[in-house]
Parts: sequence; C-alpha cells; structure tokens
Amino acid sequence: MTASESNGSTNGAVPARSGGQVICEAILAEGIDVIFGMPGGASLPFYDSLYHYQDRIRHVLARHEQGAGFAANGYARATGKVGVATSTSGPGATNLVTSMANDHMDSVPVVYITGQVARPAIGSDAFQETDITGISIPITKHNYLVMHADELPRVMAEAFYLAKSGRPGPVVVDVPKDVFLEETTVPAPDRVNLRGYRPVRAGNLKMVRRAAEVINASERPMIMAGHGVDISGAAPELFELATSGNIPVVTTLHGVGGFPETHPLSFGMLGMHGLAYANFAMGETDCIIGLGVRFDDRAVGKVDEFGPNAKVVHIDVDPAEIGKVLDTEVPIVGDLKLTLQALMPLIEHRERRPWIGQLNEWRENHPSLDIPDSPDTVLPQEVVRSIYDASGGDARVIADVGQNQMWASQHFWYEKPRRFFSAGGLGPMGYALPAAMGVQMGAPGEPVWCVTGDGGLLINIQEFNTLAAEKIPVKVAILNNAHLGMIRQWQQFFYEGRYMGAFLDNPDFAKVAEAFGLRGVSVSSRDELHTAIADAHAYDGPVVLDVHVDRVENVYPMIVPGTGVRSVIEDPR
Amino acid sequence: MNGESRSHTLVAMVADHPGVLTRVASMFRRRGFNIASLAVGNCEEPGYSRMTIEVRGTDDEVKQFEKQLYKLVEVITVRDLTDVSAVQTETALVRVRVSAADRPVLADIAGIFHGEIVDVGRDSMIVQITGVSETIDRFLDVIAEYGIDELTRTGVVAMARGSKASRNGSARG
Ligand SMILES: Cc1ncc(C[n+]2csc(CCOP(=O)(O)OP(=O)(O)O)c2C)c(N)n1
Ligand SMILES: [Mg+2]
Repeated sequence: MTASESNGSTNGAVPARSGGQVICEAILAEGIDVIFGMPGGASLPFYDSLYHYQDRIRHVLARHEQGAGFAANGYARATGKVGVATSTSGPGATNLVTSMANDHMDSVPVVYITGQVARPAIGSDAFQETDITGISIPITKHNYLVMHADELPRVMAEAFYLAKSGRPGPVVVDVPKDVFLEETTVPAPDRVNLRGYRPVRAGNLKMVRRAAEVINASERPMIMAGHGVDISGAAPELFELATSGNIPVVTTLHGVGGFPETHPLSFGMLGMHGLAYANFAMGETDCIIGLGVRFDDRAVGKVDEFGPNAKVVHIDVDPAEIGKVLDTEVPIVGDLKLTLQALMPLIEHRERRPWIGQLNEWRENHPSLDIPDSPDTVLPQEVVRSIYDASGGDARVIADVGQNQMWASQHFWYEKPRRFFSAGGLGPMGYALPAAMGVQMGAPGEPVWCVTGDGGLLINIQEFNTLAAEKIPVKVAILNNAHLGMIRQWQQFFYEGRYMGAFLDNPDFAKVAEAFGLRGVSVSSRDELHTAIADAHAYDGPVVLDVHVDRVENVYPMIVPGTGVRSVIEDPR
Repeated sequence: MNGESRSHTLVAMVADHPGVLTRVASMFRRRGFNIASLAVGNCEEPGYSRMTIEVRGTDDEVKQFEKQLYKLVEVITVRDLTDVSAVQTETALVRVRVSAADRPVLADIAGIFHGEIVDVGRDSMIVQITGVSETIDRFLDVIAEYGIDELTRTGVVAMARGSKASRNGSARG
C-alpha cells in the first residue's frame, strides 16, 4: 500500500490502512512536515510506513531519543504546531522521559509515538517491554496504549487536539508492534469529542469588567507576561493593552519577547536572575496583571514580598493555576488572546507619572545589564551581545541551562515572540542543541543560535552528528567557562567556596566539531569573537564556536532563594 | 492561603477506562494530598464510574485538589459535597473476638448501632455495620475492649440530596 492510496474522507468506511499509515495520515492532517526519532524493533513497522511517506514527512534521525524529544519541543515552540517524536519500546521510550517531563513543565505540545511489544507479549516482561504509559502518567497531559488499530484514527485526533488545546502539553501514544501492522477501515473522526475535556475560550465577561475596574483604579500597575502570550498568540493584544493603557510590562523567562524589550514600557525579565528594577517593581506595584503566567517560585521569590500591597488580576487558561500561589482578586480562566480582546476596550489610558518615573529612576540607578571591563578575558555576556549585534537582533536564540541561560535571556533584546527558547520549568541540561535543531527545522532560512554551556553541550553532543548529516545550519556558541558554572557560582555564594564536582576538563570542542564534520572555531579573544560571530552568521551551514570565556564570571543580579524581590544582589563591580 | 484543615467529601464521575484509578492515585500522591478513603464503582451511565473521595485539607488545598482532579482528561465532573446537604454512608465488617457468654451483650451493642451479625464462629463473630463514618467509629470504640480481630471498611460513598445529579457539578473555575 502506498501513500497515494490513503483517503482523507471522514464519512463512512474508508479503504483499509495499516495502523502505521493511520499515524502518518494524522501527522499530515496536522500540517506537520518533520518528525524526529530513532527506530527500533517495536517501531519498525511504523518506519516502514514512514518509508512510504518520506516525500511528505521528513524524518530526522536523532542520535539519542532525548535529542528527538527536545527537537520536537523546539519545532513546536518555533512554529506553534505540534511536535512529533518517535521511539521504539523499552529503552527508546525511557530515553524520552526527560523530554516528556520538560514539555509538561513548559506546556509544549508534543505527541510521542512509542513502539510497544506486540499485544500477546504485553505484561510478560518481554524483551524491551516497558510500561511507558504507566511511567509517563505524571509527566504527560494524557497518554494512550492503543490495543486495536480501529482506535487509532480517534486516538491520533484526540492526541493532537489534547496536545495543542487549552494548556498545551505532551501526549504519548504507545502502539504495540502488531497494531502498527493491523489494518482498519475506520475513518478519521470529523472532530474530537471528549466529554471530560472542554478547554475554556474567552474569559467570563463579568470578571473581565472587574479586571478593568481594578486596573483602571490602580496607580502602580505592572503587567507580568508569561509563556501564555506566546502560546495563545497574544503578543499584539498585549502590546495594545500596555501601550493604550500606559501600563509597564515585565516578563517571565518564558515570556521574554512577548513584549518588545526595547520599548520604553518594557522593564525586562523578573525573577531570580531578573533585572533589579523588574523585581523592585514587583515589590511596589499595587496591581499585578498576570497574563499567561503560573507565578513560579523562580519568578516570584518569597511570596510575602511579591506585590504585598497589590491586587492580583490573573488570566490563564488553566483553572488550576489560578489562586495556586497568590490570593487573587480577579481570577479569569480563559484563552489569553480572546480575553485580552475583551479587556482592551475597557482599559483607560492613565499617565501614572510618579510610578513610571519611579520605574525609570530604578532603571537608571540599577542598570543590571552593564558589562564590566575585563581586559584579560572575554566575558560570556559579550558573546550574547555580539550575537545580538551581528544578527541585528533578529535571530532565534535557544539557551541551555545554567549561567549561559541567564546571560542569553538578559543580554539580547528580544522584540518578538517565539525568538527566545529555554527549558525554564524542568531545566534539563542538554536542551539547547537538539531544541535548536528543531527550531531551525521549523524556521528554515532564519538565523538560529544555540547558546550553551560547556557542561550542557556534553549531555547531548551526539546531535552534532545530526546537524552534520541533515545539514541543519544551527550556529552553536559554547560559553566555555571550564565549569558547571551555575554550580560553581552557588558553591561560591552558599557553600563558602567548597567546590565539588564543578570543574570541567573539556575536550577541544572545535576539534570535536570538526570530527563530526562541522565547522569548528576556537575563540579566546575579543577580536576573534566578533569576527567569528559575524562569519558564522554569514555562513549558511552549521558552525560551532568554542568561546573560551572568563572562568569565574557570575550571573547578576541574583535574588538569593528564600529572600524576596527587594533583596536583589547586584554586580559588586 | 490558610484556613483550617478538615475532611472533605468529593464525588467524581470518571470514564471507566483501564488506568483511570492509577491516574487519580498518581495525582494524589504526587501533589501530596492525603486520601482518607476512596470508593469506586459503577454508576447510572454505562462506560462511566463514580468515585467518592475523602480527603483532608484546608478549603484552599481541597479546591486545588478538585481542580487538579478535574484536569485529568478522563474525569468528567468533580463535586465537593462537604458543605452541601448530602447522604453519606459507609459499611464496615468487623470480626470481634467474643466468648459464647459475651455474645448476647455484643449482639445488643450491635443492635443499638443498627449493625447486623452476619457470621458466628466458636470464639468470634462478624458484625456488618452501615452508616455515617462517625457512627462506625463510635461502634468500634465501644467494642474495642472485646478485641477486634479484623476490620475492613468500604470507604464513604456520598450523594447530594434533592434532584440534582452529581454529574452536573464540575470544577471549572
Ligand atoms: C540534566 C541536568 N543535570 C544537572 C543539572 C544541574 N545543573 C544546573 S546548571 C548546571 C551547570 C551547567 O553547566 P554548564 O552547562 O557548563 O553551564 P554554565 O552554568 O557554566 O553556563 C548543573 C549541573 C541540570 N540542570 N540538568
Ligand atoms: Mg560551563
């Protein structure tokens, strides 16, 4: 059977298709053209279907299933579509677990197709049998073990719908080997009908009116914008709300770019390594307008000092996030974009001179983003700044986890949504390289920069092979500080300099890159840096820049865990 | 976010799929909710079950629990019956150690609590008692001196009074 024999009709019986073919058709129906994975015994029949669909679905062979999962996450975040990753049973599926947990924490829509041992073998501890649906219950939005091909058309439609609707998240579809092969004449459903799942659309109008009253009456309002802005495509509405109401904006790590960071009303990112003035603002505001945020502890710090005198207006699509952390004056459950459209016309423009004046004064006196002089070493911040300059600010930047992540968020001014990507919730080192692969596949032709630590790179460095084999032109900038830098910083600050397991004995990453068939460049001076970054930016293939940066530079500002937004430690220099 | 911790009774209608109980139990455990009892069985609609869950917590904590429960795709509705007029009942089977001489006394006590003697052995008997949990607790307290050999309780099942079915309740906001 070939792809052309498949049938898109949804009425009545359709020609028999194999389970594997049903999955391919469902992927195509979602408008997805790339999937990431690694085959194995239990998923070989699915790969046989993919073989017949290769003209329409590109399969990128990752070199580790975790890489496939993170790449699907990057693809989803760059495009707004659902990402797809696939693996075999047992070890293939368990290698995806970190990626599932990561999607779950960051509300990223990914559908995982995992192979399972054939039905008669399930429950017998067969070779490579692992209960992935059992394992993934707490780290997925939902999951399925498909015991009959007749269920697959419905399950695939549900899986995509669940992944992308409401608060997005990962969905696992575990398919026994013989179900991939089994034929079905059941058509794909016209629409999904899940009785226990009805995501809310626009927020309650009465509540929206109350929100407007509270906001209009406030003297010191602050918008706190999160990942929900990206997810619901609400950046234009957020812009309108902030500018027409004259309301200043801070963002969470995942909200970065939801509001243009060079706009006078933007006060940057808040949180543990947020800008000092963004955090001061949250201490003094009288009205927190939380838009698509979950008031995560890394963003909020000590709850008692976070807007202690503020009324909270909270709009989020997930009812369980509302009132979870802060007492909420105006709770609104709804899609952010639709809800803001209803709210915007009710918001009055107010001057709020003293408040905006105060914020600007803080910004003046607590610059947070000045890069100190460093005659002998290149500072990691400069690398990010150099990428900003070379790309004219128009690049997609994927950060890994650790100090590099904070510098990548701070020293680049993101003007648009879906430009900065970081695994903020789970914080898995090794995210950046494979995620950048996925972002690049979702944004072909656009400059994509992976900013990673030396430690994090090593966790998924095997994906250098994928970059080379698939000619994915990601630019990798390694902030090589020869340390697990964030660990070293914490041991310096909180363990009196007792460094344990913080030092890295690195290989020559430029040579490693070359061995993988990539262009590798070693950089250790400021002049080399700017040239190398400009060259990389201009080059149309993958490049790895091993930038030897200052080994002991710390991330500032910093709010010590357990303290509040007012006790920011600023750069002592 | 504080308030007093107390026992709440929630009723959830769930799809009768394999694994639903695991999902619900996994969520309890992960979020640190303390389940006092959980009873599951068929309900009026084929393909669905009804769960009655007794959970301890402050009102805010239980509200969060209710929302997290409702987030599970296979959970159709959730309703907190704690502060609504509802019928709540539970059954216990108790094997009490008892000599032949003491049997009549025990039978008397069981009678007062509307319990029924469902089995008699040489030196023990089984009492079946149905009622609100507090009644069962009191009964157990009274007979404790005889020695309870074995005890099993079903957990509470509950239903709101009046004509509104629990499947109409939900935890949407
Ligand atoms: C998989 C994983 N293991 C461990 C950690 C804990 N951790 C957080 S940051 C960090 C150091 C990261 O070092 P590096 O990648 O070199 O980045 P740097 O902080 O130096 O920029 C570690 C070990 C983690 N976040 N993820
Ligand atoms: Mg490092």
